[in-house]
This record gives sequence, structure tokens and C-alpha cells, in this order.
Amino acid sequence: MTIKGKSGDWEVVVGLEIHAHVTSKAKLFSGASTTFGAPPNTQVSTVDAAFPGMLPVINRFCVEQAVKSGLGLNAQINLTSVFDRKNYFYADLPAGYQISQYSRPIVGKGKIVLDMPDGSPREIGITRLHLEQDAGKSLHDQHPSQTYVDLNRAGVALMEIVSEPDIRSAEEAGAYLKKVRSILRYLGTCDGNMEEGSLRCDCNVSVRKPGGKLGTRCEIKNVNSVRFVMQAIDYEARRQIGVLEEGGKIDQETRLFDAAKGETRPMRSKEESHDYRYFPDPDLLPLVLDKAWVEKLRAGLPELPDAKKARFVKDYKLSPYDAGVLAGEREDAEYFEIVAKSRDPKLASNWVTVELFGVLNKSGKTIADSPVKAQDLGELIDLIADGTLSGRLAKDVFAAMVETGKDAKSIVAAKGLKQVTDAGEIEQAIYAVLAKEPAAIAKYRAGNAKLLGYFVGQVMKATQGKANPAMLNELLKKKLSG
Amino acid sequence: MSALTALTLAQARDGLKRKDFTARELSLAYIKAVEAARPLNAFLKETPERALAMAEESDARLAKGRALPLDGVPIAVKDLFCTEGVETTAGSKILKGFVPPYESTVTANLWRAGACMLGKTNLDEFAMGSSNITSAYGHVESPWRRPGDNRPLVPGGSSGGSAAAVAARAALSAIGTDTGGSIRQPASFCGIVGLKPTYGRCSRWGIVAFASSLDQAGPMTRDVRDAAIMLQAMAGHDPRDSTSADMKAPDFEQAVGQSVKGLKIGIPKEYRIDGMPKEIEALWQRGISWLKDAGATAVEISLPMTRYALATYYIIAPAEASSNLARYDGVRFGLRVPGETLDEMYENTRGAGFGAEVRRRILIGTYVLSAGYYDAYYLKAQKVRTLIARDFDQAFQACDAILTPTAPSAAFAIGEKMDDPIAMYLNDVFTVPVNLAGLPGISVPAGLSGEGLPLGLQVIGRAFDEAMVLRVGSAIESAAKFEAKPQFMAGKA
Repeated sequence: MTIKGKSGDWEVVVGLEIHAHVTSKAKLFSGASTTFGAPPNTQVSTVDAAFPGMLPVINRFCVEQAVKSGLGLNAQINLTSVFDRKNYFYADLPAGYQISQYSRPIVGKGKIVLDMPDGSPREIGITRLHLEQDAGKSLHDQHPSQTYVDLNRAGVALMEIVSEPDIRSAEEAGAYLKKVRSILRYLGTCDGNMEEGSLRCDCNVSVRKPGGKLGTRCEIKNVNSVRFVMQAIDYEARRQIGVLEEGGKIDQETRLFDAAKGETRPMRSKEESHDYRYFPDPDLLPLVLDKAWVEKLRAGLPELPDAKKARFVKDYKLSPYDAGVLAGEREDAEYFEIVAKSRDPKLASNWVTVELFGVLNKSGKTIADSPVKAQDLGELIDLIADGTLSGRLAKDVFAAMVETGKDAKSIVAAKGLKQVTDAGEIEQAIYAVLAKEPAAIAKYRAGNAKLLGYFVGQVMKATQGKANPAMLNELLKKKLSG
Repeated sequence: MSALTALTLAQARDGLKRKDFTARELSLAYIKAVEAARPLNAFLKETPERALAMAEESDARLAKGRALPLDGVPIAVKDLFCTEGVETTAGSKILKGFVPPYESTVTANLWRAGACMLGKTNLDEFAMGSSNITSAYGHVESPWRRPGDNRPLVPGGSSGGSAAAVAARAALSAIGTDTGGSIRQPASFCGIVGLKPTYGRCSRWGIVAFASSLDQAGPMTRDVRDAAIMLQAMAGHDPRDSTSADMKAPDFEQAVGQSVKGLKIGIPKEYRIDGMPKEIEALWQRGISWLKDAGATAVEISLPMTRYALATYYIIAPAEASSNLARYDGVRFGLRVPGETLDEMYENTRGAGFGAEVRRRILIGTYVLSAGYYDAYYLKAQKVRTLIARDFDQAFQACDAILTPTAPSAAFAIGEKMDDPIAMYLNDVFTVPVNLAGLPGISVPAGLSGEGLPLGLQVIGRAFDEAMVLRVGSAIESAAKFEAKPQFMAGKA
């Protein structure tokens, strides 16, 4: 995608660095708990607080999670990797250094495919994934002149996932972030919760004339939602184009995104002038992985979004779009497959993506706390298939299911919503309606075929929507023509 | 001198088992000796109540005939080991008042083996020094004097308090740490045995870090057998230290006194450095002939990278230290000197809390890791370090152990060599390569200098072959018959 400036088209070049909290009960180098939301400084070991003589010991499970993530990103797993110290002083960094991986990360080059809205595939390269510790939190709002420090987060394992500068628009950046999040959530290696900070993103943005030399980039730090990432990139690209077209030049700098104003602005220069003095952490030996162990993890990977989408298209004959929507979240896909089991998959897909997602979107819920269980939605579809409910009645029943959480059958029984399929009963209703509409009948017979819909509506109303629509249509036509 | 404080650890252990005396009596004798040793400033903290409480537990076990290996042995602990409930300062103002809520693995191992804690010994600040002059709590004096010269001498460093305490009979044995010679050099200066085990043999967990890839705890004792007994209790795999070796320790005491007949002893030609005093050279030659007399063969070996060892060490150690000491920032423990801003608080705290030598090394370390200098200094030093280790690997294809002097001189007076850090760094010239290669080394007292001061010889072994080091060390010990005593003896009758 290009952005039009005064001097013509500009191309946006974006690379993302995603910081993903590893799903793990304990921290990367200590046994302290990682539960979110605990009272300040209650989940801190003497290792996390960098007391004298304390030493880090790698958490094997976090390594496993990183390797799984690497495999999920189709990336090379480095059997030997090294932990380095990134040195800088800050009050919420107890040791005065962060243990990270610099020159030899655990995961190397990989790639993922984005599902763009127009259905076209778009491949984005992954540069690397490395493991590192998170810092604590500085709380500036607890005291008028002092800063408080909460070390609960200090030492929690992070995966930093760096993309190649392959992203060409804010939309692609959003799709990339969603796709990585989806893969990690499928793998169970990161919960992807952006509100709680489990997933944060730094955006490197530059602009250039299409095909030209790469421009100077700016890094926008710590953006914490897909929408903000897209807004920030869009704003930043346009800002840079503006500067360049005014004859200015872009300073390589770190910027912050102000979500309230929808703009980026430079961080104070002092915050970025670091020389991190990376060197291998002498407290930790190089991390050496057993090839067979990696292969075992590879063999045990769950089906990932791309494979699932392809299977949905092939096995359920869904459109690539619907398949992509359903495969986007593991829980959605699992829900769908329960609904679709020995039922019409297209009907199942429609009910999940249109009716259910509509309700969830409106109420801001996720599928995990859906008021309608997958089994119950399946049974509702069964009632349509066996003719108990018309499509229209089914929607009413579904609304009641959402409302009450009860299953379809008990709602049908309680409300007497069973579809009327008795021809005599429907004919009676037709007689009653037609008897009151001689004028309309005359018009219809004079050639106004559109009035058929009106009659159908009237009869439906009289039967509280319970008349079988196909039978009603047929009988009504017969009556009107006769 | 009290008969009890004259005993070696092995003798005391056997006497306790025979019920010649009780652990309480032994501890009381040493508690008195610790008090008498106060003029040396060897102890930063005395813990007599703790020693007695531990001794009473030892007596209870001894009475039941269920003695632990070190039951009743009163020892001194370098104040670099974190000790639960006992202030641990690393000889620095910045840790003044810091009371660890945990016990280092090595000290915990010793207490579990029955040892009794006499107190915490003085050291160069953060173990940075070779003279014990850089301690924020005053220097330690050696119990030795040059005959006819009453000027106080340095005990060596950085484990100078531990060395002085053992030499003056104010502790039955002590533990130290050795990053570039900090056990062996003060052992040599004070006429005692000091053993630096292989890197990874003893856990570093709970030891205030100086240079993590070099630091190693070890015993400082009256004789070689005592060092073997102490090491046995200190050593062992610790899952809390990723660099601790997952291997079983052999029976070290068994190696002591074993014949050296048929062993090949490497004599590195590059250790004949310019300006080395003749008496050091002479002592070394005596050591060679003692081993030959005992049936060993001397072979000349070459360690060509030796001349780069000091420079390499003084890049790697400060680099690691600059990062290890970043945690002393006034935020969570120890000294805090307030400031208007966070940066000002850091500057005030670290400026007031660290002494000149520590500041110097933090600056050197920060410099060699900085962008633009990293490749020329730190990276190159790491490469040279690999070559130094390779030198030793190759040398050990032709020999079983290596014999060298421990230090290029005897102890110097307090005030000498003080204004020239480079001259001070030269003290470590023979000990530093051993740390860089991660090997075990022992210093054994082998004779007196012309001025009447102790001189040590160093035996270096293959990685994890402390048994060989102890075996050859005990052969030197038997031949040297070093019986000179310091002028100042705290453990008096």
C-alpha cells in the first residue's frame, strides 16, 4: 500500500518487535510466581530482587515454551544459544542489568503468512525470537514526590519476536500482530492478553519512495493494542512524509504513542541514550538443546491456524474467508467443530460467525464466556434440520438461549414454539387472513405478485411465526390462484 | 599458646572423637583467641554465641558417637559469604548493615558438617585487592613481622582476614574466595595452606559476586590435610548455581600423603619473570628437588600465553564486576544517600559507598564493555583466555601437575606499593592464569624469605583433579617442614 503525499506516492516500511509474556507458573530465572494482579512485591524472590550472591537458574519450561513458539513461527531453532546481560540503571531493574539474548538467540529466522481481508496471502519474515526477563514496574502515582517500585513482574519470562521490515502498511501490521498472537495462543505459550500487558509491541517505521532506499526509522515504544499499533503507524508514516516533503530530515529516535491524542511524540532524549554494554552472562552456561527433544516438541505441536483454516476449507467446504475467521482463535475453532459435528458445516459456520459472533461482539464477550454452549447451538441446528423449527423461529429460540442460558429443546417446549407443519392448521390460518383481505386478493390476482409476501407475513403473524414457511408458501399460492 | 589452638583440624577432630576435650572447650579457646587477635583487625564480626551454640550441638552428637566430619571445628568465614542473620558487608560501606535472609551454600555445607562459626573476616572491598588495604573497615595486619623491623605487614588479599586469623591461631581454619589469587597469595604471605578448587567445584550461591566466571571458594588451613578435609565438606553440586559442576567429589583426604613417585611435574619456563627476586627462584628450585627426591620427574613445559594473563584478567574481572556491582544502587538494601533525582541518588550512593579501588575497577570494566571498545578489549581478552586454557590443556598432556611460586615476593609493609596499582596487580602474576583456566591450585608454605617472611609454592592441577594438587602439595609440605610461627600468636596459653 502507498500513501499519497504532495510529491507523489510513498511506501511505508514497518518492522515490529513483539514482547510476549511466556505462559509459565514461575519466572524465567527464579521460582517466584507470575500470577497477574497480586499485591505489589508479593511475588519476588531474592533472585528477582538481585540480592547479593543470588544466581539465576533457567526455567526449563520457559525454554520449552520459546522453542514451541519458534516452531509455530516456522523458524529455525538454535540448538546453542547464549544469555547476555543488557546493562542499564533503572529503579525497577534490580540487578542493573536485564538477562536477555543478544548475538545468539534461541530462535532464528522464520516466517508467517498473513490473512489479508481480500483473501490474498502475504508472507512476513521473522528475524528472531529470544528469551529475556521483564523488568519491574515503577509506580509514579502513589506519592507526590517519590516513585514506588513493584517487582512482581521483575524476572517474568518474555519472548521478544522481531519481524523483518517486510510490513508495508498499518493494516498489514495489524494483521501480523493478530496472526502472531493467534499462533502463540494456539500453542499456549502466551495468553496474548494485551490489556494486562502480556503482549506489547514496538513499531519501527520509516517511509521511502516506492522501490527507493530505506528511510531513517523511528521506533514507537510499548504500544498495547492492535488498533493503537495501526493508528500509531499510520500517524507516524504521515508525520514522516510531512517532514520529508517540507524538506526536513527524519531523526532516528524513540517515540511514544499517545492513545488519547492519536499521535506519536519523541521520548526525552535522556531515556534513549543507552550503551547497554552487552556481554555473555557469566552466571549462565550457554543453553544447549537436545535435537531429539526439539523434534519431540515439534511432533507434539497442536494444529496451527493456517493448517486448521486449510482443513476447514477442504473438509467442511467453507469459504477461505469463513474458514479464516473461524480458525483465528483456537477456542472459536474448537467451538465451531463441536457445532459442526455430523451437521451441515455451512449452517454451523453461519450460526457461529453471524449469530453467535454478533451476540458476543455486542456484549464484548469472548467465546470462552459465551452464554450459549457449543453443544446447545448444535442441538438448535438439529431442530432446524428435523423441521421442528423454521429459520425464523430458530433465531427467536437462539435469542432466548442467549437470554436464559437454557438449551433449545426446553425453550421450544416451554414457549410452545414448535413449527406448525399440519397442512390443515396452516390452511385455517390462511382462510382467516384471506377472509379479511378481499381488496388485496383482487390486486394480487390482477397481477401484483409482490403481495404474496404480504400475505405470508400476515399468516406468520397469525401463527406467531410457527407456520412452516415452505408449506405456507405453497398452500397460500394454491389458495390465491384458486 | 593454648594446647588446643596449636592443633591442626585433623588433630582436633581426632581429639574430639577421643573425648580428650569437648567442642565447647575448643570453641572457647578460639573465642578467646579471636578476642586476642583484635589488634590484627582480621575479624569484622565476631559471633561467639553462635560458635558456642553450634559447639554444644556438636558435643551432643559426639557424645552419641554420631560425629559429623567437622563437628566442633571453629572456623572463620570471609565476609563475602552471605550468612543468614549475620551482617555481611563484603568489606564495603555500601553493604553496611546488610543482614542476609539466606545462607550461602558453602557455609551451609560447613554447618551441616558440624563446623562452628567464629565470625566474619575482613577482606579487600568486594575482594578487589592483594593486600587487604582496600577494606572500608580498615586494613588487616599480618601476624608476621620482619625480624628486627616492627613495621606492620600486609597479610595479602583479598582473603587477608581469613589468612591472618588462621596464621595467628585465631581460627582452626577459614574459608576464602579466589578470583585471581585471593586465597593463595595471602596463604603464601601468612605461611598457611590455601586451596583454590576447580571452578565449579564449590557453589557460588550466596557469595557476593566479584567476577562470576573466576570466583571460587576454597579453604585456608594450617596444613594440606586440613585443606582436604575442609574441601570435602564445602564441595558439591548445587542446582542453584548453574556453573556448579554436577559431579561427585572423590575422597580428598585420601590423596594427602600419597607418594608422588613416577609423577611428572611441569615447570613452566615462562614463569621466570623479569625482576623476580633470586630467593623466589631459589625456593622454586628447592621445590623441584624435593619432588625429584620423592621420586617425581621434573619436565619443562611451556605456557606461552602467560605474559598476557594479567592484562586479560584485568579486563575480564573488572568487566564482570562493573555489571555485578550495578545492583548496589541504594534502592533495595545497604547504603542509600538521597538525591533530588534517581540518577543523583545513584551517584550519591555509589560515590559514597564504594572505595577508590572498587570505583577504579567499575570504571575499567565499564570502559572495556563500551560500544567501540568491546571488540578491542573484552572480546580479545575472552579469546586470549581461551588460549591460556589451551596452554594448560597442552601442558597437562606432558605432566600431572605444575609447580610454580605462588607470588613474586614475600609480604610487603603497609604503605609499600600502595600508590601504584600496576605494581599491586603484579602480585597476581602466577595465580591469575589458574583462575582464567578454571583450574585447581594450592599454595603450600615452603620456606622463609631472606627477611624471615613466609613464601609459598603453588601446585596447579587438571580441572577437577584437586586430589593430585593435594597429593603433590603434601609432598612439598613434608619436604619443606615449614614450622616457623608468626610473631603474633593470638591463641596463647
